[in-house]
Amino acid sequence: MALLEIRDVTRRFGDFTAVNNVNITIETGEFFTLLGPSGCGKTTLLRMIAGFDLPDSGQILLDGINIVSMPPEKRPIHTVFQSYALFPHMTVAGNVAFPLKMSGKMPDEIKSRVSESLNSVHLSGFANRFPHELSGGQKQRVAFARGLVNRPRLLLLDEPLGALDAKLREEMQIELISLQQEIGVTFVFVTHAQNEALALSHRIAVMNQGDIEQIDEPSKIYGFPRNRFVANFIGKINMMDVQVLEATSSHLKLVVKGLGEVTAPSKEGVRAGDKGTMAIRPEQVQILHHSEGTEVKDHFPGKIHDYLYVGNVTTYIVELANGIHIEALLPNNTPGQAKSFEAGDSVVVTWRHGASTFLND
Amino acid sequence: MTKEKTKGGRITKWLVSGPPLLFLLVFFVAPSLIMIVTSFRYPGEFGGLAPLVAPAGEVGGEYGLTLEAYQFFLSSSLYAEIFLKSFGVAAATTLICLIMAYPLALLIARSKKRFRNLMVLLVVLPLASNFLIRIYAWMIILGPESGLSHFINTILGVFSIAPLTLLFSPFAVLVGMVYVHLPFMVLPLYINLEKHDLALLDAAQDLGASSWKRFWRVTWPLSLPGVFAGSALVFIPVLGMFAVPEILGGTGDILIGNLIKDQFLGTRDWPFGSTLSIMLTLAVLSIAGLATWLARQSGGMKYAE
Repeated sequence: MALLEIRDVTRRFGDFTAVNNVNITIETGEFFTLLGPSGCGKTTLLRMIAGFDLPDSGQILLDGINIVSMPPEKRPIHTVFQSYALFPHMTVAGNVAFPLKMSGKMPDEIKSRVSESLNSVHLSGFANRFPHELSGGQKQRVAFARGLVNRPRLLLLDEPLGALDAKLREEMQIELISLQQEIGVTFVFVTHAQNEALALSHRIAVMNQGDIEQIDEPSKIYGFPRNRFVANFIGKINMMDVQVLEATSSHLKLVVKGLGEVTAPSKEGVRAGDKGTMAIRPEQVQILHHSEGTEVKDHFPGKIHDYLYVGNVTTYIVELANGIHIEALLPNNTPGQAKSFEAGDSVVVTWRHGASTFLND
Repeated sequence: MTKEKTKGGRITKWLVSGPPLLFLLVFFVAPSLIMIVTSFRYPGEFGGLAPLVAPAGEVGGEYGLTLEAYQFFLSSSLYAEIFLKSFGVAAATTLICLIMAYPLALLIARSKKRFRNLMVLLVVLPLASNFLIRIYAWMIILGPESGLSHFINTILGVFSIAPLTLLFSPFAVLVGMVYVHLPFMVLPLYINLEKHDLALLDAAQDLGASSWKRFWRVTWPLSLPGVFAGSALVFIPVLGMFAVPEILGGTGDILIGNLIKDQFLGTRDWPFGSTLSIMLTLAVLSIAGLATWLARQSGGMKYAE
């Protein structure tokens, strides 16, 4: 049985539909992420799982039992808040002991569980500090320890890394993954940062305007986005308007206006004559010098319009014959060399057939 | 350049802190010193103070400095009793004010922002009318002809209990004290409670705290600074208050305030009045010091467990 099942949940605020008929099933031990831009309904959904908000319709089942009418303090679900919400008048140990005290644990057990928990977040020496004496990263760890110490069935995390700087955030991401594996608690993580979602999650639900756009593993979400929104929201992607010329079970033949024919992987439900978008990630695009490109099957001549050197990779912007700009990402494997092509070079761009995706409008 | 700047800074500092300093010197330090000196002198024949030096030709008599007023204060347990009673009334007033003001302050702090200012205005509005008029109003409310007295005594009559006089009783004094000082408890509590981060209550609830535990574990400890501030603002003025017991109390309801007032305006014994004032000040200071010390102790211990 699934651990958490969200069934046809809808939440409206006046005329505004924050969460629209959402269905999600989360398994025990999963690291599940709700990803979307601000205002997409992910936080509202999280608050409904925690019990701070009630769905207008639908059910939320935990271990098969509908918990919609259960108040937050009775749910075996804890939350790590965006602002951490540590109790300022309690020490680190007092904060971590709080959920144990609330559930009526014995003092001996509380003591050992608190020290064990602080150990797991590397804060053993900080038990008697007050929150205002801690750095942002340390507060974050206390919040994790407090959320996990009473072994909830589910830990909800509401953009917990949002307030940390980039370097610390990366460290905490790695720690969070190992913490989740160690303790085995199911995580539901809310974020608007797509790279964070890709790095941490077992599965991601991409949300937009109250709807779920796609639920899948990170590599599937990135590699096979289901629609334009997901393609655009996750990472960078080149998109071209196309029309389907031929649809078979093995491949699609597409026509790019002013450019010619390309081949893309087949997709269910696509018919000849459909209009849509062909999407391809910059790192899948290859650039060849004009002279060497002619034997490749699908290839388009163009000119290097501009490039952007960022250290490990360089992004080239190639202007194709029909005036479209396409981005290509090339690794810099020769130290000291910022670019393999100069602006104005005549080149040919190409990609493997399996690398592109057709998206219906 | 920098020299000018520091010089200018020093002048600004003096200009800003000078007037209040001067004010305190003239209206607090000087009167206190006068009071201390007065307490060691002899009272004059018709009020005021006897001269420090005997007039020419007079032999004997009470001139110069003396400990007589202090000896008089310690000679009778009457004064200690009045001190104790006054502290009891002040403590009771503070406690009742706290119990009444806390829910009100919490209600204001948790209501919608646009209503808060209006509600605070309603709390302080009584202060706009004269204090004595408000106390005299209570004379009417608690008087024998009032609806309240009739109502209570009718009920008591059903159980054949003798009618009760509400006015001129310790009860009336307490009602008056609480009524006058309630806003001074509400305001500091409201200012404290309004600043609380409500996410902490969500966190407590999320971690399993019932509404009762959310209050005692989160709201109450965080509001202690407001509780202490409000208690000081009520306790100290109640100790010195003489108008309320004089108007609403009976003959047996004299408090320190009345005693001191009588020494200056009635008995005209300035040295003894000064002595009583000094004793009151010392008592208040030691209580305040003790409270601060206790708060620091409990604050450090309670959260370290």
